[in-house]
Amino acid sequence: MADTSEQIIEVRDVDYSRGRLEIFKGLNIDIRRGDVTAVMGPSGTGKTTLLRLITRQLVPDRGRILIDGVDIGKLNLKELYRLRRRFGVLFQNGALLTDFSVFENVAFPLREHTKLPNRLIRHVVLTKLHAVGLRGAADMMPQQLSGGMARRVALARAMVMDPDILIYDEPFVGLDPISMGVIVRLVRKMNDALGITSILVSHDVQEIASVADCSYLISNGKVAASGSPTELKNTQSKLVQQFMHGMADGPVAFHFAAPDYEEQLLGRDVEQ
Amino acid sequence: MFRDLYITFKEFLRTFGAMQLFFLRLLSNSPSIFVKRFNLVVHQVHNAGALSLVIIMVCGLFVGGVLGLQGHANLSKFNAEDSVGTFAAFSLIKELGPVITALLFAGRAGTALASEIGLMKATDQLAAMEMMAINPLRRVLVPRFLGGVIAMPLLVAVFTVIGLFGAHLVAVSLLGVDAGAFWQQMRSTLEMGDLYEGIVKSIVFGIVASLYAVWEGYNAIPTAEGVGRATTRTVVLTAIAVLILDFMITAVSI
Repeated sequence: MADTSEQIIEVRDVDYSRGRLEIFKGLNIDIRRGDVTAVMGPSGTGKTTLLRLITRQLVPDRGRILIDGVDIGKLNLKELYRLRRRFGVLFQNGALLTDFSVFENVAFPLREHTKLPNRLIRHVVLTKLHAVGLRGAADMMPQQLSGGMARRVALARAMVMDPDILIYDEPFVGLDPISMGVIVRLVRKMNDALGITSILVSHDVQEIASVADCSYLISNGKVAASGSPTELKNTQSKLVQQFMHGMADGPVAFHFAAPDYEEQLLGRDVEQ
Repeated sequence: MFRDLYITFKEFLRTFGAMQLFFLRLLSNSPSIFVKRFNLVVHQVHNAGALSLVIIMVCGLFVGGVLGLQGHANLSKFNAEDSVGTFAAFSLIKELGPVITALLFAGRAGTALASEIGLMKATDQLAAMEMMAINPLRRVLVPRFLGGVIAMPLLVAVFTVIGLFGAHLVAVSLLGVDAGAFWQQMRSTLEMGDLYEGIVKSIVFGIVASLYAVWEGYNAIPTAEGVGRATTRTVVLTAIAVLILDFMITAVSI
């Protein structure tokens, strides 16, 4: 095993298309061990798709994805599940199991994968919940939680098996500034304290700048730019500038392809 | 038009094949789940069974009552109203018990299963399980399937017994048929073979109803509309399949 190598995940020449829509074309990404790596890009560039490819919920049309040097396309179901135990994934909406309490949600992976005695499970779950500040909500049901709380519970669940790699899918969307700040700090703190690797998918440029060691900007199925947040900010590329500074005009069109505005308003396109 | 027909037919075959494979996967995982995760199965038997119990009992009572009324009214034309017990027993054990229970089960438990699984899919709960290295087929689908398969014959038994009680209530207590004749004729004409037919039907219908519910939920389009459609399809397809299979099993066993 190439356990000590610098890269934990390598995405090599990956093509992926959904139907006729080409999402990735020759995508290459390296994720360094122990870093917080951010994947950014305009909406619809396939950021979530990339996460699904890395966890093999989807299979690329071409190319390879290596984790610790092992091609995950070649794993059978058993090996895949063994690999997935090393992942913790935070879904966009939390994806908590709605018929279990907060406590049981966090305990779920432990109960399924281990034969630990109840006392120990309780201990582990309470420490994880304490880490996200929700020990007091252990007996609540997911429906009673606010969006930010649900995401924090999901974070506690994602790390309960002590994963090597934590994946966050849009962790900052729809959070109030306080929860946002808490989550940003948690991402950094956990990454450093537990010595794990974190992958963040987001388009919140400011938050990413404060937390990520390295970011990738994806556009048109390829990596448009990569580097530390400061490097990205100083890049001359128009696309990067547009994205980092949130400008409407630039290489990425704000408007989806449409017929001529004036013609359409005057109804001429129908008459013809 | 022929091209449309061809495509529809091909699509049908593809779905049918996929469903067979899905069924085999459920079956191949069933024994180990039944042994190792018996508590999950018991929970689902409770979910599918106990929750359908009230509707099954109420309907059973009234179906039995109607059999008592109809049997008495029509058999008395031949001076055979004493046979109303036999009439009710045959109808309930061989046909009405399994068929009506299956239809009610599809309406009560089948829709609940399909929408529950569909919503779990729509809210990423199944994907989350996969990412926790937990196979949703084994953790979610197989226990629910087994729960339905086990619950159905039990519900059919309850329905049949309550139905006979309803028939007895109407025929003996209200219409004055002799209680001895009611039970004695039933005992002397009913054979074990008749009972087996009912049991076989209840098991087959249990498998069909649970399979459709789990399949439709698992393959629902993960939107509000998709889950709604999956629930409707569960009831419609189960009803059609149950009635066709009922005809086939009856044809074979007579």
